[in-house]
Amino acid sequence: MRARRIEETIFKGLMLASLVLVLIMLAGIIVITVYKGAPALTLSMLVETPKGGYYLGKEGGIANAIVGSLLLALGASFCSILIAIPVAFGLQKEYTSWRYAGFTKLVLDVLWGTPSIVYGAFGFVVMVYFGLRASLLGGIIVLTLLMLPIMVRSMEEIIRTIPLELKEISYAMGTTKIETTLAVVLRQALPGIVTAVLLAFGRGIGDAASILFTAGYTDFIPRSIFDPVASLPLAVFFQIGTPIPEVQERAYASALVLLLIVLCVSLISRILSHRFSKNIVR
Amino acid sequence: MPHISLKNLSIAYGHHRVLQDVTVNIPDKQITVIIGPSGCGKTTLLKSLNRLLDLNEDVKVTGDVLIDGVNTYDGNADILALRKKMGFLSQRPYPLPMSIYENIAFGPKVHRMSKDRIVQQINDLEGRMVQVPSKKNGQMDILVESYLRLAGLWEEVKDRLHTPASRLSIGQQQRLALARALAVEPEAILADEPTSALDPLSAQLIEKQFKSLKKNYTIVVVTHILRQARRIADYVIFLYLGELVEHGPAEKVFDNPSDERTRAYVSGEIS
Amino acid sequence: MDLRKFKDTFSTLSIRLSLVFVNTLAFVIAIILYIKAKPILVKVSLSHLLFSTSWHPIRGDFGFFPFIIGTLGVTAIAMILAVPVCLLSAIYLSEYAHKRFRAFVRLVVDILAGIPSVIYGLCGVIAIVPLVRFLGQAIGSPTTGYSLLAGGIILAIMVAPVIISVALEVFRTIPQAARENSLALGITTWEMIKHVILRSSLHGIIAAIVLGFARAFGETIAVLMVVGNVAKIPDSFFAPAYPLPALIANNYGEMMSIPLYDSALMFSALLLMLVVGGFSLAAHIILLRIERRGYA
Repeated sequence: MRARRIEETIFKGLMLASLVLVLIMLAGIIVITVYKGAPALTLSMLVETPKGGYYLGKEGGIANAIVGSLLLALGASFCSILIAIPVAFGLQKEYTSWRYAGFTKLVLDVLWGTPSIVYGAFGFVVMVYFGLRASLLGGIIVLTLLMLPIMVRSMEEIIRTIPLELKEISYAMGTTKIETTLAVVLRQALPGIVTAVLLAFGRGIGDAASILFTAGYTDFIPRSIFDPVASLPLAVFFQIGTPIPEVQERAYASALVLLLIVLCVSLISRILSHRFSKNIVR
Repeated sequence: MPHISLKNLSIAYGHHRVLQDVTVNIPDKQITVIIGPSGCGKTTLLKSLNRLLDLNEDVKVTGDVLIDGVNTYDGNADILALRKKMGFLSQRPYPLPMSIYENIAFGPKVHRMSKDRIVQQINDLEGRMVQVPSKKNGQMDILVESYLRLAGLWEEVKDRLHTPASRLSIGQQQRLALARALAVEPEAILADEPTSALDPLSAQLIEKQFKSLKKNYTIVVVTHILRQARRIADYVIFLYLGELVEHGPAEKVFDNPSDERTRAYVSGEIS
Repeated sequence: MDLRKFKDTFSTLSIRLSLVFVNTLAFVIAIILYIKAKPILVKVSLSHLLFSTSWHPIRGDFGFFPFIIGTLGVTAIAMILAVPVCLLSAIYLSEYAHKRFRAFVRLVVDILAGIPSVIYGLCGVIAIVPLVRFLGQAIGSPTTGYSLLAGGIILAIMVAPVIISVALEVFRTIPQAARENSLALGITTWEMIKHVILRSSLHGIIAAIVLGFARAFGETIAVLMVVGNVAKIPDSFFAPAYPLPALIANNYGEMMSIPLYDSALMFSALLLMLVVGGFSLAAHIILLRIERRGYA
């Protein structure tokens, strides 16, 4: 009957309109960032540090933020991997009871959902207690806490898909748990593990709330891990509100560089997981 | 004019040819059974009759599927009306996420059947004027009961009509599916291996229902169980590797097949 | 043989230790935040903290109500804007769109889910704030643009990828047989969506919404940049607001100099951790159950 078809047409139209709206919004984010940031992206912007203070100084670029972000994210990724991989292995049946693994996963879920500002607040309290100033070290520690649940979750998802038969074949040859885990599980899960790391890296490098008061901010590239460090997200955050256009330019450039890094990381992780899929036993 | 007929029907999934040049008339008010080895296009043939194939994106159909003389693969065809005409039972029954009552009432409700129409339907079904209680949904209650009886399910569920249908056993779910399909007043019933997931008792019940339903409905059943085919078939279509090898009255195809491949399959040499 | 055994024992020990570490981590964070929050909980009653509207830290007056309202308001606007639009989009992608188009949009949504919040904030400042300012003037409610509405809009955009991808996953778990059997009755695709898809996936959709809600609730930077940060209960959509995460972020500096201020802020941090962590947990449990049962 006609009424039924009309109802369908109406809702189909609404659906399509919604989809278009979503795509436009999301495309808009990219378009605006590129539009504002592209003109500001010059070579000097990328390799120089700000001169005359990051908030007011007109000269210089965002090298401090770029290097800072990379240091923070790479450092935190490294620390995170050291903990995340054993945890992900440990959630397998061979290592823990089903109950304990379930409990750990619940805890990880809570950690995964915890807003980054909470990690920042926690980090700040701890640093104050130990008399640490806002520094690269502080930022790395807090970012590690932030990235850890994300990494573990993704890794665990991948490891869970490894068929029991595969492990049984290895155990049947008389191997120990760690030998099977390294030879079979690690190898099979490697693309997934790499993807997990990249995912967490992307999340960590873009986060601002957690490093707001734990990493500090500075015009310079840190010379030790106890020095404060600049970062791309904070470069945007601190420099966007300035009345000085050259400083604003730095903010836009930082935003674009950050966006590009995140998009590249995402792209690379996709390509890698695609490439490595060929070697996986199904 | 035959009720359902196929002319030069060819179907491909992407580059894979599943059915080649099938031409056959499906006899009215009989049980037609489609037999053949697995993967030979039986289900595809069945699903082309109610255009359920459309759900698969890569499907290409050439040729005609004529229902009452009208080609259903014509651009203007009314798919909703077509599917209403063709009741469908899948291999694994899927009860709608509602109560048993609502499962049956769903079809008539969606097709916006008026109360008078429902009463008419009940009378046609029972062959007499039925007393309808004056309750608010009295007609629908009687309708649901009638179809549940028709599917042989009424006694087992009459006390729990409003409980979720998912709690029924799989044999009961399939009978529910039959009642559900009948409730929209189809002219034909298409069944894709309707008993292969069921226990022997439920399977028997379904076969019994088909045999009594064929008085009023054209029934087309796909099966890979030869014994079942022998039990219920009036007419047989044998598909092999997508080709219509042979078709004809059951006795002819089973006892005196013309084609060597048919003979081989029917005698159990190939399966 | 001995070396292998040793390696195994040692590695097993390390692995078990790492598990213990992770488990205690969550509790350590919560406990430390609680310890820091205790002073103010001792001095001021919980109900005063949560429901009083006067916020004058220098005077020792800590009523969090404006911030709670700010957070709830911004999150509510985001959900009201995002949920219908995202669900409709997800339904279209799942039931009407071609395979390739669906894959393409999936890819776009996945990539955009990873965009840092500060970039959303930037776009909010550049595009949304002026938009709201314009809207406000058009309606006769003059505003700087830095408002509850701006916060809600930018959050809605941030939350969209989460809702869409979870909803798509949920729809994917509904077996094709469900669609076949119901369409075979001669119903339109929309009717099938109404009566079968949506009914079967109710739990999953709720999980998607809860996850979106959790993400919006705890979001700090993007909202902070567009919401105005005025510690009053907003009296209209165009008035500025001050959500809880923004409060913490803005006041790190002063927190140490004013007595009990740090305690108050740590209290809000603890609150956030429990609420948002709890919601995420609930959503994941629902999704896990769906995964196990095949469909909701």
